[in-house]
Amino acid sequence: MRYQRPNVVGGLAGWLWLLVIIVPIYYIVVTSLRPQADYYDENPLSIPGNPTLDAYQLVLENEFVRYLTNSVLVTVAAVAVILAVSLMASYYVVRSTSRLAKRTLELILLGIAIPLQATIIPVYYLIVQIGLYDTLWALILPSIAFGIPISVLIITNFVRDIPGELFESMRVDGASEWRILPTLVLPLSRPALMTVGIYQALQVWNGFLFPLVLTQSAGVRVLPLSLWSYQGEFSTNVPAVLAAVTLSVLPILAAYVVGRRQLVSGLTAGFGK
Amino acid sequence: MALSTDQPDIGTRTTAQRTNSSGSGRGGPSFLMAVPALAFFAAFALIPLGGVVVLSFMEWDGLSSPQWAGLAKWEQTLADPVTRHAMWLTFVFTAVSYVFQAPVALLLGVFMAGRQRYRAFLSVLYFLPLVFSAAAVGITFQSLLDPNFGLSRAFNSEFLGQNWLGDPDLALFVVVFVVAWCFVPLHSLLYQAGVRQIPESLYEAATIDGAGRLARFVNITLPQLRYTIITSSTLMLVGSLTYFDLIFVLTGGGPGGATRILPLDMYLTGFRSYDMGQASAIAVILVAVGLALGLALNRLSGASKMESQQAGL
Repeated sequence: MRYQRPNVVGGLAGWLWLLVIIVPIYYIVVTSLRPQADYYDENPLSIPGNPTLDAYQLVLENEFVRYLTNSVLVTVAAVAVILAVSLMASYYVVRSTSRLAKRTLELILLGIAIPLQATIIPVYYLIVQIGLYDTLWALILPSIAFGIPISVLIITNFVRDIPGELFESMRVDGASEWRILPTLVLPLSRPALMTVGIYQALQVWNGFLFPLVLTQSAGVRVLPLSLWSYQGEFSTNVPAVLAAVTLSVLPILAAYVVGRRQLVSGLTAGFGK
Repeated sequence: MALSTDQPDIGTRTTAQRTNSSGSGRGGPSFLMAVPALAFFAAFALIPLGGVVVLSFMEWDGLSSPQWAGLAKWEQTLADPVTRHAMWLTFVFTAVSYVFQAPVALLLGVFMAGRQRYRAFLSVLYFLPLVFSAAAVGITFQSLLDPNFGLSRAFNSEFLGQNWLGDPDLALFVVVFVVAWCFVPLHSLLYQAGVRQIPESLYEAATIDGAGRLARFVNITLPQLRYTIITSSTLMLVGSLTYFDLIFVLTGGGPGGATRILPLDMYLTGFRSYDMGQASAIAVILVAVGLALGLALNRLSGASKMESQQAGL
């Protein structure tokens, strides 16, 4: 055992931080269940006297499902493309013997240091020019581009670990590179793909800047931006705003409950040690 | 996962590949495989990166066609008191955030790495902020810190009843705290993973030699975590340039510009004041700072870091 005596200072700090994390989350949930009228009277941290789902009903009646659908569409499309193109690129940079491969990897990894929002003005210009402003494509395409560097970083680290002999033996059997990719590289990189998929899904799902700048109408609004608009719309109805917050967190929370281990190991692996 | 351990050294493999690359057409997968990724990356990251430099020499309101403006936009940007204040704020914000977040994340990570059951349980809860979007967090804290109906009323406390987000002297620190709420969990996870990789034998040996907890922390844990510390610091420092969405929702840069850090200054200048030229100049400054920070920290961590075999977990 690493620690024989209880670590009192660590323990106290740990529980204190837990309080810092939990109080806001608890506040969101109890407030969203409070009737609007009680919001101004009851203690904000008390259990609601007359709990109600009115706030949730109000939010669901106000296009919430459409925003949810938009978020799902954008996330699924972006993540699927990110995984496909990053896996192919990773296979190339790891296994190709050409000098170009090393340059390609360096170029892509450069992207990790580019602050995303610094390029938003030209991206906006580009999206307007190609006529995709205010469409879901305007969110999907740049999200793919910005997902690629970290994905390639994680996946190349996995593909590198596939023993060279496996590739050799497939070559000897006459398999082409396009055959090796789905039959050898894909299955063996599955843990990395899972990790990248979950991480990128979180990034795209929670993205705020692209929707803010590249879309306008409610028809293509995604969840994070919808919270902002609910806040304007229901400015005097705090329980409704916080019900929207709760609803927006639930899908990803459900995903977290299912894939917690993968997500945690993925997040830690993704950034190296 | 077994694949990631016990691997041949990467250096030898690449040398081996290079030596037989001169031969036959079996040079591995074709470049075509990298083309889709490169195309996306070039179209929406690299070309825009060049574009933002060009646009910083343009007069453009975001709607009509951009016009060449020479150095005018740069002179305007560098002379603009709002932008200069934003640069200073960005520096202060980055420094204060780092000084607050880094030790908390490190200590929590070390704590979470302990084997006790309840710590595993705490780790699950610590993780929760990571699933919240910046918009959700911003809205929640806005409501929680409301001087009339927020936390202050729960405890009937004058201290909590301050106008946290409305007072220019307080708002920046509130932002630092909320950013920490969001990002400390991620960094403690990194540290937790780092601590779990430290060989147990080091601690056993130190304990036999009579080293106390503090001594073990200072002499074993900290040195062993140096790469994690560098990785995490890089992410924190470069990341603080990108805390745009959270601050945008929480304060909108206010009150009176008190939380208007550079990324916000860029957004507001471009998309609210319709001066894309000046906004682009601000963006170029952001890229320069980001790259400089990234490179400096990468130099610290050793150039070969990116090739590390460790990342497979």
